[in-house]
Amino acid sequence: MAHEIIATGRSRTGIPTGRLAVWWVIGSEILIFGGLISCYLLNRFNHGPSWSVEAANTNTFIGACNTFWLLTSSLFVVFAHAASEKHDAKKTRIWIWLTILLGGFFMGFKTYEYTTEIQHGFTLFTSNFWSFYYTATGLHGFHVVCGMVIMGIIAENDIKHERNWHRVENIGLYWHFVDIIWIFLFPLMYIAK
Amino acid sequence: MAGHKHPSYLKIYFILLVLFVVSVAGPEVAEIFGMEGVSRTILVLVTAFGIALWKAYLVCAYFMHLKFEKIYAPYILLACLSLLLVFFFGTATDAMFSNGHNWVKPYSEEAAAEEAKSRSHGGHDDHGDDHSGDHHEEGDHDGDAHHDGEDKDSH
Repeated sequence: MAHEIIATGRSRTGIPTGRLAVWWVIGSEILIFGGLISCYLLNRFNHGPSWSVEAANTNTFIGACNTFWLLTSSLFVVFAHAASEKHDAKKTRIWIWLTILLGGFFMGFKTYEYTTEIQHGFTLFTSNFWSFYYTATGLHGFHVVCGMVIMGIIAENDIKHERNWHRVENIGLYWHFVDIIWIFLFPLMYIAK
Repeated sequence: MAGHKHPSYLKIYFILLVLFVVSVAGPEVAEIFGMEGVSRTILVLVTAFGIALWKAYLVCAYFMHLKFEKIYAPYILLACLSLLLVFFFGTATDAMFSNGHNWVKPYSEEAAAEEAKSRSHGGHDDHGDDHSGDHHEEGDHDGDAHHDGEDKDSH
């Protein structure tokens, strides 16, 4: 359903309204994930020996592959943004769909990882470490899925009809933030053992 | 943000990939050379977490164009980060100690570590992707423990 956009440039900050809203979303997400990571760090400092034994059971190879998918998808989404600035709908859609594909790889690997962890008896309720592991990576995975869905909508609803080009940059900002969260979760959960 | 000249995204991407490889290799090097204690901690902190900060900076500055964005956006992010630090240091003063005024944390780190070892299979990395074979035999003796008891944490 098409609608008239009435508030794209009224912000007193000089930042277009949509992009400013995304910065505020990212600010609030910093507090959500930051709170979670802070609790993790406090526990890790306090219960070093037991938590490092638990962390030794996470799969570094899968974590590293997922880091690679997200870093590469971040590159693809800036290519999509660059193409959208030139109003090149075809290229923009291609880069967006490639980003979604890598998001799919990430979720596929994550699903495999969860399955093997659970098969080994490491569930959400096994210990505090695993509670943090599933909560943090699960919440992050949820953000990845949300990003993929929104990108799909932007590609097919907006860019295909050559309108609302600014949305590519907005979803790109969100996607980069999701990548940054993983950049911190990866060493916390998979490397520091 | 069409007004500024785009940085070379590919160049930033390859720097990020190199940093990623270093962050994974650092702790492995510590393992291979059998590093222990302070030197190991420093190496892991620098390669894993120091590089994570660097990677996050590169993504923020160049992919998110924060370097070219109006100053309000960094202000928003820094304000939220400041609140986070208030939360962290505010709670750490209690959380980092095992007792305080009229409270004691009934928790034994040794017991928790033993419990964790009893359900550990030696780590995924040791048996790689092969989850079906030998580890089940090895894990059978403790398999029941983590399915039945589900190891309630004592705190």
